[in-house]
Amino acid sequence: MRERDVPQEGNRTLAGHRKAVYAVGDDGKVRLVPSRGWEVEEIVTRQAVEDLERLAAEARERAIAGKASPLEYHMYRARMDVDLLSQATGLWRWRVRRHFSPKVFARLPLALRRRYAGALGISVEALEKVE
Amino acid sequence: MPAAFVHAHASHCESGVMSSLLRHHGLPISEAMAFGLASALSFAYLPFIRINGLPLVSYRMPPRAVIKGLERTLSLDMRFETFRSPSAGMERLDALLASGTLVGLQTSVFWLPYFPPDLRFHFNAHNLLVYGRDRDEYLISDPVAETTVRCARADLERARFAKGVLAPKGLLYYFTARPVAPDWVRLGRRALARTARIMLAPLPLVGVRGMKLLARQIERLPLADGGERARLYVGNIVRMQEEIGTGGGGFRFLYASFLQELAAKTGYAALDDLASRLVEIGDRWREFALAAARMIRGRDALSPPALAERLRALAADERLFFQNLHRAQRAWAR
Repeated sequence: MRERDVPQEGNRTLAGHRKAVYAVGDDGKVRLVPSRGWEVEEIVTRQAVEDLERLAAEARERAIAGKASPLEYHMYRARMDVDLLSQATGLWRWRVRRHFSPKVFARLPLALRRRYAGALGISVEALEKVE
Repeated sequence: MPAAFVHAHASHCESGVMSSLLRHHGLPISEAMAFGLASALSFAYLPFIRINGLPLVSYRMPPRAVIKGLERTLSLDMRFETFRSPSAGMERLDALLASGTLVGLQTSVFWLPYFPPDLRFHFNAHNLLVYGRDRDEYLISDPVAETTVRCARADLERARFAKGVLAPKGLLYYFTARPVAPDWVRLGRRALARTARIMLAPLPLVGVRGMKLLARQIERLPLADGGERARLYVGNIVRMQEEIGTGGGGFRFLYASFLQELAAKTGYAALDDLASRLVEIGDRWREFALAAARMIRGRDALSPPALAERLRALAADERLFFQNLHRAQRAWAR
């Protein structure tokens, strides 16, 4: 890649930041060049983010319909999955999955709600509802 | 606060952190040099490690390879500390900063608020430097950011003690003695030999053979679901190649820069020709990424065999390249 060919396409995934790439200058030397992004990067990053957002949206539908607890929605919103939430809370995976049931979640002691809220970086009140 | 710390922008967090640490302690080494001397260039396809259901594809050696590799090859005096309790980890950081030490940290990316939201994934092996503290805010030199940034105490603590794969456990590291300038020829030769050996290794998952195996997997991607899964699969590969701080072309341009610098430092001109060749290979990787992205967006028809074909051609190119690198290394006068 030549220095003048370094893409400067203003990726929204970079939110105004510039990332460093390496390219060949006119003197033939490879050097660091700040880039405003390449569409290819934006496409694959948005693809990954949208996949996570889709999971969160589906969980939100389930929570509103009363088929799942808000916990599942908040898990996906924090870009986590059951494995990661289980590791972050120190709870068994089957327990996390059980807490996706609205009935079980409604009876959850405050200590466990606090543990989930802490791992997800939100307040206990926020954990109990979907906005 | 460490005296007169100068931030430097880098493409990759680990090589950037080590370059800045070494420069700060009197041994100016570029990011490319740090990356190359640690023999960090690689390729690996690891189907048994899955992230959101997709196999891990990596264009470099595993996390901490740069730090540990340089610690070994440059015989650095470094200390590494992990902590059981977050408060102890934060207190230790404060004490080190108060004594004027420049401290490296391993953190999660997700919990760092200064990262662009779309890039905040749960990746736990990010590296950054802390060069000071202003009351409740830490002054941070994150190599992948253009300028220095600030981060609140609570956020930094969370990022340092994130759980999951590669959990940092509050890891911090710093130099305990000034590094000494090495014998560039000896180190250079060793670094080239290691990288050539890894890339040409007779193992199915790494190096050139890893690329071929990945090509076969791409070819077999099922299209029955309309290609949704196949698109996510190839998108993940391109993300690892271009978006995750590689300097473009899956670290190939960065390594070319290392070869040029090593040629200039040691006067071994054969490395300059190899660098030009690697830049061409990097361009082929970029074309692979572009072709994949066009298929993901539906601008071109999704064709896994076409992508597999490109990957096979790249494997052939890289096989020849690393064989030549190996030869050049052996022919290098002692």
